[in-house]
Amino acid sequence: MSLDVNKIRKDFPILQRETRDGVRVVYLDSTATSQKPQQVIDAMNNYYQRSNANIHRGVHTLAEEATSMYEGAREKIAKFINAKSSREVIYTRNTTESINLVAYSWARANLKSGDLVILTEMEHHSNLVPWHMLQVEKNIELDFIPVTENGLLDVDSYKSLLDRAPKLVSFTHMSNVLGTINPVQEMIQMAHQVGAIVLIDGAQSVPHLQVDVQKLDADFYAFSAHKMCGPTGIGILYGKSALLESMPPFLGGGDMIKEVKLKSFRANTLPHKFEAGTPAIAEAVGFGAAVDYLSNIGMDNIAAHEHQITEYALERLEEIPGLKLFGPSADKKGGVAAFTLDGIHPHDVAQILDKDGIAVRAGHHCAQPLHEKFGIPATSRASFYMYSTKEEVDLLVNGLYKVKEMFK
Amino acid sequence: MDDLYREVIIEHYKNPSYRGKLDPHDIAFADNNPLCGDHIEINLRLDENGNVKEALFDGHGCAISQASADLLMESIIGKPLEEVKQLKKDDILEMLGIDLGPVRLKCALLSLKVLKAGVYGLGEASDELVE
Repeated sequence: MSLDVNKIRKDFPILQRETRDGVRVVYLDSTATSQKPQQVIDAMNNYYQRSNANIHRGVHTLAEEATSMYEGAREKIAKFINAKSSREVIYTRNTTESINLVAYSWARANLKSGDLVILTEMEHHSNLVPWHMLQVEKNIELDFIPVTENGLLDVDSYKSLLDRAPKLVSFTHMSNVLGTINPVQEMIQMAHQVGAIVLIDGAQSVPHLQVDVQKLDADFYAFSAHKMCGPTGIGILYGKSALLESMPPFLGGGDMIKEVKLKSFRANTLPHKFEAGTPAIAEAVGFGAAVDYLSNIGMDNIAAHEHQITEYALERLEEIPGLKLFGPSADKKGGVAAFTLDGIHPHDVAQILDKDGIAVRAGHHCAQPLHEKFGIPATSRASFYMYSTKEEVDLLVNGLYKVKEMFK
Repeated sequence: MDDLYREVIIEHYKNPSYRGKLDPHDIAFADNNPLCGDHIEINLRLDENGNVKEALFDGHGCAISQASADLLMESIIGKPLEEVKQLKKDDILEMLGIDLGPVRLKCALLSLKVLKAGVYGLGEASDELVE
């Protein structure tokens, strides 16, 4: 069964809007954040209209409904990534906070001066800066798996880095600039052979690929709702329960405790131990609805559709004189096309495309070191999701010819 | 928006008259726009009265940031530093002859921010300088 893109597009009210009279929006920025289907918007509205209450403590009807909706969403998300138990699924604000949680809690308790953490040159700032900060505090050592000219991780270098007995390996499943899908399962296995813990940044992978955390054998896996049809403000840290159990709490406050005395506390059990304070309840409900939405379409169908669009886009973009694409070929990447146009700054490209309603991103996409590696300050980036069409790719290509004409 | 890429902006971007470095110089400063990595450096030479005698900018970035830097350098030559210190956002927008949204405004104002931080002898180019 393949996917009916016209039917899917009807679920996304925003895709019908015009950015100016007669100009329909062409949304090619799903890597930054995806659009939201009516089903997700309705689920959140319904929660606020019918069931809004604080969770876990109340005994009244509304509190019970809110609690079961919040926890029900967790069950759905756990099933979606095939976690062994929903206790291993911690709500956070987003991928960034999930990575910070590991840095603050696990890494602070387990890393000491001189311990090696391996990252890669293609990381988003969210998987660099928390480690920079810990380096200042703990004097840990950071090293990086290089990225090849083709936008792939250099596996030989990874092997020699592993010889130095790292304590933690942390890297992205799918690059938000190059689109590269890294051989995660194999890389995790290699890290485990030398006794390292592995954290995966799944912000770009969970929305687009079937992810099975048990099959991958990831120790920690982080992702966000808003890139997968859900709301902003909520994300997940998956962690193996033995690891999560052994970790000190992250933030202190309500809900993360079992018992509080004036001078001490006992931490709550998983997953609540890491969820201090009133959480984003409506957002969790929306996240659950997003997971339902994706599951109904089928992740394999989504991946196959995006692959088709990406193949077509790379082919069409390559035709444009002076356009340089970054990242591997379509068979090794997700729905991302980052490029430069000779002599024209990406900001100008994005601005002129916007005139025709075409939304692409321009800049370093929170991956400044990667851009430095390729010797460019910025790229333009078009990215695709299950609602993207070949017609939209054609509009992008026509728009880029217009940009070139303007700067001729 | 149709005016955003007015010929004058494309022209100053592609063929700037005030691009380069001055060595030696009396005032120099450089900074980035953290949003997009645009980079502007300015070099000034002053005459015996403390007026701007020569002004050049260097760096890379979008058409808006580079064209506004070129126009700004042109506009300050011959002016006393006290007058340069008074320059504001509206002066830049007037030179460019366009209206800008909040994101692109940062591109347009980067050169003025760098210039004023240099003229005031500050360690950092802050947004307050150009408000």
